[in-house]
Amino acid sequence: MRLLALFAAAWLGLAMPALAAEPSEMLKDPALEKRAHALGKDLRCLVCQSESIEDSNADLARDLRIIVRERISAGDSDDQVMKFVVDRYGDYVLLNPPFKATTLVLWVGPFVLFVVGLAVVWRVYGRRAARAATIAPAPLSADEKRRLDALLKDGAGK
Amino acid sequence: MIAEIGHFALILALAVAVVQSLVPLAGAQRGDAAWMAVAGPASMAQFLFVGVAFAALTHAYMVSDFSVLNVAQNSHTDKPMLYKVTGVWGNHEGSLLLWITILALFGAAVTAFGRNLPPGLKARALSIQAMVSVGFLLFILLTSNPFERLDPAPFNGQGLNPLLQDPGLAFHPPFLYLGYVGFSMAFSFAIAALIEGRVDPAWARWVRPWTLAAWIFLTCGIVLGSWWAYYELGWGGWWYWDPVENASFMPWLAGTALLHSAVVVEKRDALKSWTILLAIVTFGLSLLGTFLVRSGVITSVHAFASDPGRGVFILGLLTVVVGGSFMLYAVRAPSLKVGGLFAPISREGALLLNNVLMATGAGTVLLGTLYPLFADALDLGKVSVGPPFFNSVFLPLMVPMVLAMAIGPLLAWKRGDLPGVLSRLKLAVALSAAVAAATWVLQGGSAGPWWAAGGMGLATWLFLGTLAEFAERVRLFRSPAQALGRALALPRAAWGMTLAHAGLAIFIAGMTASSAWKEEKVQTMKVGDTVEVSGYAFTLAAVRDVEGPNYLATEGTFEVRTGGELFATVTPEKRTYRQPPRPTTEAAIVGTFLGDVYAVIGDADPQGGGWVTRLYFNPLVPWMWAGALIMVVGGVVSLSDRRHRVGAPTRARGSRPAAAKA
Repeated sequence: MRLLALFAAAWLGLAMPALAAEPSEMLKDPALEKRAHALGKDLRCLVCQSESIEDSNADLARDLRIIVRERISAGDSDDQVMKFVVDRYGDYVLLNPPFKATTLVLWVGPFVLFVVGLAVVWRVYGRRAARAATIAPAPLSADEKRRLDALLKDGAGK
Repeated sequence: MIAEIGHFALILALAVAVVQSLVPLAGAQRGDAAWMAVAGPASMAQFLFVGVAFAALTHAYMVSDFSVLNVAQNSHTDKPMLYKVTGVWGNHEGSLLLWITILALFGAAVTAFGRNLPPGLKARALSIQAMVSVGFLLFILLTSNPFERLDPAPFNGQGLNPLLQDPGLAFHPPFLYLGYVGFSMAFSFAIAALIEGRVDPAWARWVRPWTLAAWIFLTCGIVLGSWWAYYELGWGGWWYWDPVENASFMPWLAGTALLHSAVVVEKRDALKSWTILLAIVTFGLSLLGTFLVRSGVITSVHAFASDPGRGVFILGLLTVVVGGSFMLYAVRAPSLKVGGLFAPISREGALLLNNVLMATGAGTVLLGTLYPLFADALDLGKVSVGPPFFNSVFLPLMVPMVLAMAIGPLLAWKRGDLPGVLSRLKLAVALSAAVAAATWVLQGGSAGPWWAAGGMGLATWLFLGTLAEFAERVRLFRSPAQALGRALALPRAAWGMTLAHAGLAIFIAGMTASSAWKEEKVQTMKVGDTVEVSGYAFTLAAVRDVEGPNYLATEGTFEVRTGGELFATVTPEKRTYRQPPRPTTEAAIVGTFLGDVYAVIGDADPQGGGWVTRLYFNPLVPWMWAGALIMVVGGVVSLSDRRHRVGAPTRARGSRPAAAKA
């Protein structure tokens, strides 16, 4: 599916990034590198289409990767690193949009949609089912009962 | 000359489409058989003319006629013939022509296969189909003419983006479009039914196979694209929640819901207006996908505003089609007769619940995809909505859906017995919990992601639930001797459902494992170095330069050993294409039952010598492809069901009543 994006990119004359993080940028300590990688996955490459900085090889993504690793090496906590980046680049850099007034619709929307969907379905079909339940089916006649028994006995009937 | 014929054929197709969109519709209103009969020949003529145009453009690509602007911009004489042909749809104008060709193909298919359709419904549906054609033909002729000439013609073309020169790509857009446009059938018939004011099982019987066919194609298209991203982009990812991916995923979700609710219309004559709505929404989302990709609006609202010609046209088209349909729906849907009744706990109820969940899922993807655009347009600031959002909102919605998926098919129509079904699924519950617990222990508890155990448990639940339903249908445990005979006598649609649901279960297992436990090592290696990933030791044995038809490549040879034994020798490449000069990576992948061994070679390290290499073990990725393939096979098996062939004589099956129940 990625390639439709490429079509789009090709038409729009954008450069296509090929490969992501290079070994020279990586931190020596695997634990720190793992943290940096996890943080980077949530940071947007600002010049790409919804690619994280870890997946992009645009120059800007590289710079951000290095910034994240510098902050981590300097002993920042994950939150401090994120704050450092957001302070400089704004919420736009976060692939996971923060929950606040302007993103309320985004975060709450799906659940409202689901609840409303269920409510509508319940109203429309639940009422009909209730109406159907109140009308008890007529009891079987003796003849129908015989036929039913015969059908039930016939093993292939189901 | 041939290009002009193509251009002229498109204009003729437009003229035919205009006639086809008006005369049969008016004929159906007046009850005039002769006017209605115009639809058949017109749809054939439309297909013929569009086909001529498509052939003309293909010809221009095959002979590399660079006096055609589109060919000069997107082709090159050095390209292998396969990619010259597939280059036809590797660009905006050509892919639109492919879209229109497929639309006309479906119109012609209605005429060819729909002899037994009620004439009024057929005439109206073909008129609606033609209206969509008119919109797209106007779009291509007015804003995106693929036959525009270039004078003087250049000596050679600018070439096709090398990332697109790949067999996985070659067939991705046609499949995707067969899916997108295939949903136009359900749409046209839904609108026709709204105009007639009648939806009945015969309607569903016609719409269901076409929706199923479109679903199969769309699934293939999405999977091909995903597979291509996996092996071509070189970091083992296969889904990115990219707006363009979402554009194809939304119609898939809505189409899947439509497929299921059409079953209810056919079998139980219920959920009619909901099904009509889904048909409109599904095609609307297909059009929206086209709009998102074609208009450039995704990149930025401002790019869209600065070159609005194409975007505004297609936005207008979208508004007219979707807005018009919804208006018609609002006016006519209340007059649709209410069909069969059912209790909330019933197979209809379960299908409805899943429909609501699927629709919410599609709505979530829509919201997440469009939110940055709205936020920007409304000055709420620039927002990014990326994979973390979709994973944390969309996936939880799918959990109840998968839970219900195993239960639904076991419930009876009209009124089901939930406690009874659950007690029959006791074993499945126990085994799923056991798998989840075992997963948790094997991944070392919280050393792995917390959701991995849940994902594997869900996959087990769906798989076992599906098997339980099948076993019950063939009475595997009550009379095992006749089970095989019963299985063979089952309607193919039943087989199809079992396969598709089991395929999804396998897919979920693959998806969970590959997201949770992927192992990645990125480093600089010299010839002779060895790196171990998940028990596989990769030794870089050699690096050499190779030359392809239109590229130069660095080819690395890795010897992969496991437990001291040579497991495989793989040769990933990094290619640099000559025209346009761009690099691509060709990952080397060896699939095993438990996962893919995946190797990529990158650039030479300028300082220390050696090459950057990326080595991966991607657990259970083959399960994903296998699961998706099984889903598609399930669709094809279901499509081959005799009952789906409208007008096919019903074979007497009195001796095998088992076949009568689906």
